[in-house]
Order: sequence, then C-alpha cells, then structure tokens
Amino acid sequence: MTRTRTLLLAASLLAGSPALAESTLTIATVNNGDMVVMQKLSSAFEKAHPDIKLRWVVLEENVLRQRVTTDIATRAGQFDVLTIGNYEVPIWARQNWLEPMDGLPADYDAGDILKTVREGVSRDGKLYALPFYGESAMTYYRKDLFDKAGLTMPAAPTYDEIKSFAAKLTDKASQTYGLCLRGKPGWGENMAYVTTLVDTFGGQWFGEGWKTTIDTPEWKNALTYYTDVLKNYGPPGATSNGFNENLALFASGRCAIWIDSTVAAGLLYDPKQSQVADKVAFAPMPTGSFKGGPTWLWSWNLGIPASSKQKDAAKTFVAWATSKAYVEMVAKENGWVAVPPGTRESTYKSPDYQKAAPFAGFVLKAIDSANPNGQTRNPRPYTGAQFVAIPEFQGIGTQVGQTVAATLTGQQTIDAALKAAQSATERTMRQAGYPK
Amino acid sequence: MVKQSLPKRIGIAVLGWGAAFVLFFPLLWMLLTSLKSEPEAVNPSLTFTPTLQSYGEVLARADYLSFALNSVIISVGGTVLALALAIPAAYVMAFHPTKRTRSTLLWMLSTKMLPSVGVLVPIYLLFRTLGLLDTRFGLIVVYTLMNLPIVVWMLFTFFKEVPHDILEAGRMDGARTGAEVWHLLLPLTLPGVASTGLLSLILCWNEAFWSLNLTSSAAAPLTAFIASFSSPQGLFFAKLSAASTVAVAPILVFGWLSQRQLVRGLTFGAVK
Repeated sequence: MTRTRTLLLAASLLAGSPALAESTLTIATVNNGDMVVMQKLSSAFEKAHPDIKLRWVVLEENVLRQRVTTDIATRAGQFDVLTIGNYEVPIWARQNWLEPMDGLPADYDAGDILKTVREGVSRDGKLYALPFYGESAMTYYRKDLFDKAGLTMPAAPTYDEIKSFAAKLTDKASQTYGLCLRGKPGWGENMAYVTTLVDTFGGQWFGEGWKTTIDTPEWKNALTYYTDVLKNYGPPGATSNGFNENLALFASGRCAIWIDSTVAAGLLYDPKQSQVADKVAFAPMPTGSFKGGPTWLWSWNLGIPASSKQKDAAKTFVAWATSKAYVEMVAKENGWVAVPPGTRESTYKSPDYQKAAPFAGFVLKAIDSANPNGQTRNPRPYTGAQFVAIPEFQGIGTQVGQTVAATLTGQQTIDAALKAAQSATERTMRQAGYPK
Repeated sequence: MVKQSLPKRIGIAVLGWGAAFVLFFPLLWMLLTSLKSEPEAVNPSLTFTPTLQSYGEVLARADYLSFALNSVIISVGGTVLALALAIPAAYVMAFHPTKRTRSTLLWMLSTKMLPSVGVLVPIYLLFRTLGLLDTRFGLIVVYTLMNLPIVVWMLFTFFKEVPHDILEAGRMDGARTGAEVWHLLLPLTLPGVASTGLLSLILCWNEAFWSLNLTSSAAAPLTAFIASFSSPQGLFFAKLSAASTVAVAPILVFGWLSQRQLVRGLTFGAVK
C-alpha cells in the first residue's frame, strides 16, 4: 500500500508540469538592470489584471536568441513575450514571426516614442515591437584627470584630439589608461564600435549593389587608428574587453576616456557600482573625417511571437511595460535616474529626469541624430547604425570581429586582416544570394 | 606492500595535493568571487572585504527552491530510470552474451559521439508534438537516454567481475532470473551499482545544454538558474558566482558524503 502511494506520488511529481491557466504569459528576457526592475514591478501588473499571470524566463542573450528562433521556427509557442533588439525586429517582421502592434490602448501615445527608435522597430509604417529602453553612444571621461593635466574636453571632440588626450593621460605605472574601447570579438561587441569608427572615417560595410567595401583605405585608416590607440594607451589584454569589462575598468578608475553605449551613464553615476561616480563627465562621440557619423542606435524591445497562443493578454502586458505610466512608476519606486532611458520624449521633457540624470540631454541628442536608415559618406543598400540589418550580419560581424581582434594582438597585419575579412564577407554574401 | 622511501612519499604527497589544488581551484575562485562586490569581482585581487550581498540579491531575484526541486526530481528520476533499464541490459550482456553483444555495446557508445546540438531540432519538434516541452518528465527521458550508454557500460564491466558459479549456485537452489539479479548480483556489485548511480546523478545535475533548450520555467533546473544571472549590459560576475555556488553546493555536499562509496565503486574489481 505504501509502495503504491509512493509510486503515485513519484508519478505526480514526474508529470509535474502544471496545467496552464488560459492567461499565463511566459516572458523571455535578459538579465539587464532595467529588466530586473520590470520583473520586480510586474506584481503591480498582476494586481491590476487578476486574470493574467506572468512567468519569467531569464536567459543569457545568445541563448535567448537561439531559444526564441527555434521556438518561432518550429511554432512551438513556448513564449508569449520576447525581449529582442532592433537588429532582429525588422528581420523577424519580414518573416512574419512577430505580431504587429496595432490596436494599442488609446492612452498609449505611440507618437511619444522617439522617432529614430520607433523607426527602428517598424516595417511599412507598422510597429512590430514596443521599445523598452534605447541607447546610443557617447564619450565618458574623468573630469579630475583632465583638470589635473590641464586639459579641457571640447564640446564636439575629434578622434585626433581624443588621441592626444589619451597620450597625455596614460600612466601605465599607476594602471591608468588613456583610452578604453571594446576589443572582444563579436558582432555586438567590438564590431559595434568599429562600425561607428569606420563610419566616421568615411567607410562602410557595403556599397551600392551590395559590393563589399572592407578592403578600402577608409577601413585601413580606422583600424590603424584603433590598433594604435589601444596598443599604446589602452589597457592590457584589450581583446577580452567587451562592454561589461570596460564598464568595470572605468568604474574602478582605470580608464581616462571610454567611448561606449549611453546605457553606461546610469551605472557610472551610481555610487554603489562606480568608484568614479562624482568624477565622470561626458561628451558626444568623437568624429573623424566624415562629420555625418558616427551613429549608434540600439533598443531592447518587447515583441510578441506569431506563435503565441495568448496574443491579447501579451499585448496588454507589453503596452503596460512600455507605457508612460510605467516610467512614472519606476521613478516613484526607484528614483528618476533609474527609469528606462531612450524611448519616450515625455521622459526627457520631465524636469525631474533632467535634474536626476545630467546626461539626459546628450543621450537624447545622440539618439535623435542616430538615423538608422543611412548615415554613411556614400550611399548604401542596408539599414542599421552600428550593425547591418541583414540576417547574415551576425556571422559576418563575428568573423570580421575576430580578424580585427587578431590585428590588436599582432597576430595579423591590418592589410592582411582587411584582405581576409573582405574575401570572407564576399563569399558569405555570394552564398546568401546578394544582391537580392 | 613495499615501504617507499621518504623523499618518494613526500614527492607523491606534493603531487597529489598539487593535482587536488588545480582541480579545486576553479571552485575556490568561484567562491571567492561570490563574496566580492560587483566592481571588485572583475579585479583578480585577493584583498577585499567579504560580503554576502550577492547571495542576498540572487536569492531575492529568483525562486531557488523551485529550481533546486526540479534539479533533484529530474536527476533522481533520470538516474533511477537509467538504472532500471540498464541493469537488465547489462545482466544479459554479461551473463548471456551472444555474438552480437560486443558490437551492440560499441554501437551504444557510438550514440554518445554525436554532438547534442545535431539532434536538437528533431528532439525539439518531437517534444513539441508530444507536449513534453518544459516538463520534468521530458527532461528525465532525455537524461536517461543521454546517460544510458555509460550506465550500461559501467554496469557491464562490474557484472563481468562476478563469477558465473555464484549465480549458477543460486539457480541450482531454484532462484529465477529476477531473484538471481535482486538477491545475488546486485548485493555483490552494490558498490559498483552505487557509483554508477552517483555518476549518472552528477551528470544529470550538471547537464546544461538540454535543460536550457527544452525547459523555460515550470521544469527549469538549477543550470537555468545559473544562466539567468549572466548579463549583456551590467556587471554580474559576483552574482553569477553566488548563483553557481548555491547551485553546486547540494551535489558537492552529496558527493563528499558519498565519496567513500564512489571511490570504492570506481576501483572495484581492481584490487580484489
């Protein structure tokens, strides 16, 4: 008898997946600060919508991408809300993988979403995801070190000026490095930065007719600059530094200048995470010979996969998490400096936000000027600011990123690297059938 | 046993401790990192003020117990099922071999040579159709199949050590096959069976590929719990280390308690 009962108990434990109520939403997200806040505050949503329960799946960024693509491609319907970047949104929308975001509540005010961010998640004038937070890039620098050396950061720095500052501020004996930049290979790591650098040096990934334009003087100038400054004034082992590593270096006082995503501003200003909270200042991204660039635009968005079985409930949640009311709620709970940046004009108009986040104006200007539809010296067939919005770019970007990293470690000369990158990219593009 | 000279004994001791330290070092580093604050965690320095802050945040963010319960159920379930299938299989192969036994054993092992990701899409589709995605039962099935070749092989080698005469004596006294296995074979090879079970348990506990791909929330084990603390934007080393520490702690303690059994089982047969 007891044995039967034990077996029954075991069987019920094994069968363990509980029957899902009609309105349990599974939300796939990444472990970024703003998403953690959303998860925490979501109990307010559940209280306001007693018929909708939320389940969170927090995954590493690349695992999330892989899981979600498998799920959508096989129409398994495991997820109802996805966290995706503006790189994926247009590509997935084209494949009909995402539910269009129409029929939003009247007070949602989609017109309040920053224009460039809104365009980044639209296709044919329709929204396919709603932006949760957005970012551009800017220059962070240490005011105290600049003052001590008698230097002043100009209102619109150039890359030549940055180089001379970096040279003067590097003090390897005290482990202070003039300039920190991304060096870790990856399409979303070093190549995000290198793409903007090439852009402002007058280069681009592809020319008209999808002609690969990597083995060009513009790329060579950009990479020469990049390897030169990082080797001479950068931290040791730069090829293992991505966003997070540089953030840690700057926050612990090792970098005098750092050029990276605007999302770092909130973290560097937080005295709990940063030892330089009272010493950090900022400037726009430096420019090179082409003054129309560089541009950087990234947003994390909430989308609904076409395979979801509870699209209406999912839409209710997505609209809630990206609404003005949500921004105000975060402000009330965690303070204005913690609100998700880079999505709504109303956030930037708020005097409270301007007071709490002195970097707000820079971020807004950088995002506003980051035209995702084309801002290179020569015409181009693709969209995307610090990436190329085609499915092949993940592979291409990561491969070229590894070649670029090899020039930093000295394993490869710049000429050889560009040649290799050019031919590998040409091959991939030919196999993918471009020009389409 | 020949008594070894003192220098030789010291040499062996140093080598043993050295190897143990190298093997243990990643765990030690993880533990140290988990006690640092986030900005300190990036720095390899050993001077820091220990804090339990990361543990607090990790346990507040996610429901550790539900992940741990899933891990326990899935690992134990997978191990019990694998043993239940492998004991009869290994018995037959060890005591009633045919001319194909050897190639069957090799074929079983060859299934381990295919990279898991190669069968991800077929399994995913199968699971979707059968409604096994994000269920504990689904993972138990996958883990059972994943470990079955190793479990059968280990049991087979342990069973091979048992003299046929003993089982034959049992048969003379009227024991049927079931009783023969239950009352004679298993008690004789208990250390071996136990260590096989322990190994399977540890493999299940640590498996990450399938658990990350086939579960989302209801059946997610501790590997998914760890993975959720990596962040594309923001410092996470300390929190990730804290999450890993609390995730490996149960199996570490378990392994430590069953250490004698494990070592005895693994060297079983060699020193009889």
